Amino acid sequence: MKRLIILSLLIICSCKNKDKDVSLSDKSKSVLITEKKTKNTVDFDLEIYDYDGLEPLINKSDDKVHVVNFWATWCAPCVKELPFFEEINQEYKDKNVEVLLVSLDFPRNYESKLIPFIAKRDLQSEVVAFDDVDQNKWIPAIHKDWSGAIPATIIYNKEKRLFYERSFTKEELETELKQFLN
Amino acid sequence: MNTLKLLAVMVLTLTLSALSLTTEEGGYKIGDVATDFSLENIDGKMVSLSDFKDAKGFIVVFTCNTCPYAVAYEDRVEALNKKYASKGYPVIAIMPNNTDVKPGDNMEAMKARAKAKGFTFPYLMDKGQKIYPQYGATKTPHVYLLEKTKKGNIVKYIGAIDDNYKDASAVKTKYVENAVDALLQGKEIEVKETRAIGCTIKV
Repeated sequence: MKRLIILSLLIICSCKNKDKDVSLSDKSKSVLITEKKTKNTVDFDLEIYDYDGLEPLINKSDDKVHVVNFWATWCAPCVKELPFFEEINQEYKDKNVEVLLVSLDFPRNYESKLIPFIAKRDLQSEVVAFDDVDQNKWIPAIHKDWSGAIPATIIYNKEKRLFYERSFTKEELETELKQFLN
Repeated sequence: MNTLKLLAVMVLTLTLSALSLTTEEGGYKIGDVATDFSLENIDGKMVSLSDFKDAKGFIVVFTCNTCPYAVAYEDRVEALNKKYASKGYPVIAIMPNNTDVKPGDNMEAMKARAKAKGFTFPYLMDKGQKIYPQYGATKTPHVYLLEKTKKGNIVKYIGAIDDNYKDASAVKTKYVENAVDALLQGKEIEVKETRAIGCTIKV
């Protein structure tokens, strides 16, 4: 079953590459673009947001614990810790934990790097692309202490919110997460 | 006795956690005196801020070869040096990464990159990674604008080069240029600190 999904992902991917004329970056402002191909391959609905679009996604007030990781395919420490976020997403699903991977890849690399990466790693967590050049506005808005280095992570629920400008091991990530699970 | 031991441990723990806090949040704030250094340049010579007798200050840029954001800004860093070196504010670029982790940032690669791009500014290696933590740089590119005074080199601006890493032609605010211009005109710098995404410095 898993293989089937990957196969379908790859087909989607190659289809996408064909219509390269569609410049994602040109259309990426203010509203999200959903590259919807099929509903069951959530990872491939590459949604692109600017800060106004991303803001509600990282400030949900439901009953879940949200783990938001800012990363990029070019960021080696991010790629290194990504599997831990994937594992957390799987292992804590029934504990109401949800992982959101916010990619800061350059728009010109969405099709050449980001989408193939998501397919190759078969990422199960929700991935969105974030493209907003006004960094001096949104970096402090996301957290006052964020210098702008990635990886960076937010763990929050409706009562509490913690921000980390650092990389994690699996154990470290779980330790932080567990504070939210009591 | 036991209480004393416990107390000692507590004090030690507190001191250590305070120390680790300082390292994490350390680095210069606006108005601090920045340290000088002696770092190897791509031509093999050692470079210090004190070598620049006529400088009024410095545009210190922590940057590297391998970070896409740093690469996106290379031409703009060169342009800054062209524009401001003659006015007394040369660019001093420092490569802060551990080259064992990022071989693409080693001295040979730095030389090659500088040659290919025609860098006219010093491109120094923070060998041993002693300098960037003192400045508090966390990423590349990360700019510290210094003004030379009798007290030393005072930090006047920290942050990004401008407000659009993607497209130099779409820049609305040139933070570094505005800051240097203000210093040259003896005015107060309007925006003293900005943030931008960058690549974590590799340790």
